[in-house]
Amino acid sequence: MAEPAPVNLTIDGVPVRVPPGTLVIEAAKQAGVLVPHYCYHPGLPVAGVCRMCLVAVEKAPKLQIACATTVAEGMVVHTQAPDARKARTGVLELLLINHPLDCPICDQAGECELQDFVFQEGQPATRYAEYAKRFNPVEDFGPDVLYVPNRCILCTRCVRFMEDVASEPVLNVSERGDRAFVGIHPEARLDHPWSGNVVDLCPVGSLLSKDFLHKARAWELDKTPSVCTGCSQGCSVTLDVRDQTVVRVRPRPNLAVNRYFICDHGRSHYRWMNGGDRIEAPLVRRDRELRAVDWDEALDRARGIIAGAGGAAVALVSPGASTEALFLARRLLSRFAWTGAYQVVKGEEAPLPGVPGLALRADRAPNVRGAELLGYSRDYDAALRAAVGAGVVLVLDDPTAPVRTDGALIYLGTVLPDDAGVRGASVVLPLANVAEEDGTFVNCDGRVQRYSQAKPAPGMARPAWWVLGELAADGTEPAPASAAEAFARFANATEGAAGLTYAALGLSGRVLGSGAVVPA
Amino acid sequence: MGYPHPPHPRETVVLSQYFGDADARTYKGWVKRGGYQALKQALAMDPAAVTEEVKASGLRGRGGAGFPTGLKWTFMPREKKRPHYLCVNADESEPGTFKDREIMRWTPHALLEGTAIAAYAIRAEVAYIYIRGEFTEPYRIMERALSEANAAGVFGTLRVHLHRGAGAYICGEETALMNSIEGKRGNPRIKPPFPAAAGLFGLPTTINNVETIAAVPHILTRGAAWYKGLCLSNPKSTGTKLFSVCGTVARPGNYEVTMGFPLKDLLYDLCGGMPSGRTLKAVIPGGSSVPILDREEAERTLLDYEGCVEQGTMLGSGGVIVFDDSADMVYQIMRLARFYAHESCAQCTQCREGTAWTTRILERILAGQGKPADLDLLLDLADNMTGKTICVLSDSCAAPVVSGIRKFRSEFEDYLSGKTKPRVAA
Repeated sequence: MAEPAPVNLTIDGVPVRVPPGTLVIEAAKQAGVLVPHYCYHPGLPVAGVCRMCLVAVEKAPKLQIACATTVAEGMVVHTQAPDARKARTGVLELLLINHPLDCPICDQAGECELQDFVFQEGQPATRYAEYAKRFNPVEDFGPDVLYVPNRCILCTRCVRFMEDVASEPVLNVSERGDRAFVGIHPEARLDHPWSGNVVDLCPVGSLLSKDFLHKARAWELDKTPSVCTGCSQGCSVTLDVRDQTVVRVRPRPNLAVNRYFICDHGRSHYRWMNGGDRIEAPLVRRDRELRAVDWDEALDRARGIIAGAGGAAVALVSPGASTEALFLARRLLSRFAWTGAYQVVKGEEAPLPGVPGLALRADRAPNVRGAELLGYSRDYDAALRAAVGAGVVLVLDDPTAPVRTDGALIYLGTVLPDDAGVRGASVVLPLANVAEEDGTFVNCDGRVQRYSQAKPAPGMARPAWWVLGELAADGTEPAPASAAEAFARFANATEGAAGLTYAALGLSGRVLGSGAVVPA
Repeated sequence: MGYPHPPHPRETVVLSQYFGDADARTYKGWVKRGGYQALKQALAMDPAAVTEEVKASGLRGRGGAGFPTGLKWTFMPREKKRPHYLCVNADESEPGTFKDREIMRWTPHALLEGTAIAAYAIRAEVAYIYIRGEFTEPYRIMERALSEANAAGVFGTLRVHLHRGAGAYICGEETALMNSIEGKRGNPRIKPPFPAAAGLFGLPTTINNVETIAAVPHILTRGAAWYKGLCLSNPKSTGTKLFSVCGTVARPGNYEVTMGFPLKDLLYDLCGGMPSGRTLKAVIPGGSSVPILDREEAERTLLDYEGCVEQGTMLGSGGVIVFDDSADMVYQIMRLARFYAHESCAQCTQCREGTAWTTRILERILAGQGKPADLDLLLDLADNMTGKTICVLSDSCAAPVVSGIRKFRSEFEDYLSGKTKPRVAA
């Protein structure tokens, strides 16, 4: 089918060319213009109620809302026309009538669209003055959501999300006129597995996450693009870090995966990244005890074990390990008869009805598909059986592995294993976790996506790609100097992925060919 | 129960011919009076020909906007791919308007017959008559008439539903009405899409006012030319119109006159003028949502769509609210603003917050706590509330404020200066 001809229009003097059907507010972004708005959200049906995005369109009899006006050939839009400016300033004044100026104690301050647009286009003082503001008490909407009605500007994003995206319409607008507020069904809770998104969608501090309540000011947070580790869906997320501690996980828009949303499981699944139970130094067994040593000694010992081992090799890996690490682990043991396997925690699936193909997946690990691609098997028991008689067993960040072996055991991980068997390792190498390294995961649809380092690793812990790269380095190929280089090696060994680089993956990732990895 | 007044000789009695005649309410009585002949006539015609006839009559929407009815019908998809709906707007809630109520009370079959004809013309399978929730008596009468008509099989395959509103003014706005029928909150929708493209349940829909629909049978039986000939002034406004007159006149009530009839004659002649010793001060000619006329303007006004626009107001629904010289215009305008603040659906910011703020400012002026800048503030606020929202409720609140301040500024200033004694804004 032929592509429909693009539409040409002018926004604030900038010519833009967009597909037919584009909304003016989206076309304006192409012209570098962010039209102030509250009710509009690209992930929700258009409501057109806040009336904030009023712009002047030449030949139109009155101001138009940019969020509900479709582009037309030759359209000329002026976002800064005096009447449009006045209309928007008027809306801001009206919104502030009942909005408490409690920014100093509001979690949203610093990332509040009301603050931003009032700063941009508002007037310095209100003419409303002496009347009391509307007051309604704070409501407990659900497991992680508080509603502060006094701050609500009734944009209805939350109502529309629950109704049209989550298909669980438990929220509404109750009452009329300036008495209106967002109501919850008297017998319902806001406990849909995706309901936490209403907190992100809220342009002001009206819907708050209990988990994040008063944890940090927005401007104290460092934001790092990452990938959710909660399941195999691999939603794009941002890790918000304060003082080297991950304090919040928020969705990062990725139209190819999660659009603008993440589930509550993923949202709350971050505390382990800050855990204090970490291995902070390489350990080698000496006089029957694990003793802290430096990296050179630990790596030498591990290399020696692998070089001296005969028989078969077994790798027990975490499906939460990076693709780079899984690839290099496979490469490290390539001269052996090899069994690799992973175990994955299972949970209930929870789809988001409004976004086809998006769900909290049953496999609660981010890189199950990556492990499968690299030849690791789901038959964990078979691998455990093979481990008994193997010459060398490598455990990659799988602290619960109930492994027993007569051969040598090398454990790479973030935390010390629970199991006595793994505690018997000859060498323990401390790893960085997902928040502390760069890497990639392959999601359930075969999309390989990058995540980035958000905070430093504790002590001497290093990324798995570095550790495994050092171990695998022989005379022919030096160890990779970066995660990007480790990834390039993986890509070049993978059918359909040759030449793929971190740069090419960008922020939204790429779907790998279905080809299996050719172990070199 | 008799109708309040016998027809005045200067009335043109078409729709109101049987007002007060209880027998006309029954199916048999209606048929005896020539009822359902127009429907038979219509069913023998091509649907497009029915539309053409209505178009030729010059009939325009009687709900307020005055859009040409026949033209509206032609907006329905020519090629019928999906079910079509007809909605009849009987949610008459505009303050000062009580004409549709009388049509339903006295001539329910006129409405049902018009509904059947309109549905045939637009090829609708289903018609909804959305009746204001407070209209308990009209609802009962309509219910009885509908069951009689169904028993008599007048509708053929057409299904006609009565749907009761739940008390929101805004549900008289056509798209809010559709949301309400669908079981949703009665919020007006963004247009486009217009109802003819995506209306009730997302399907092509035509929506007409009760009075519009009730006029259709007469157009068919007596002919478009006859209807078009009912015109005293501008040829673009034809037919008769019911005016609900309330306020300070000797004989308030519904009066049916030909389009273009002088407002002055309606007030002084038909309605018997002001109470003794009183003079006319102001008139809101088309329901509370239109700009107020002062005495001079009112006495110049010819009651049709163009005549009202000429005087800076609108014909609206034909709800004529009359104020004599004892009226406190500041108070009256506050009452109107308070009504809109109460009824705002809360979607659009300007309306939700603006109607309430307007009311508060007017209340404080009445309480003697107004500030010199308040009038400019009200006007600026009204400007922010006009032409910027999904529906016109916000504009409707602003209209009487702007026209009131312009025409009766001294009354506001007397409150501000303390010349007028403060009053409690109850």
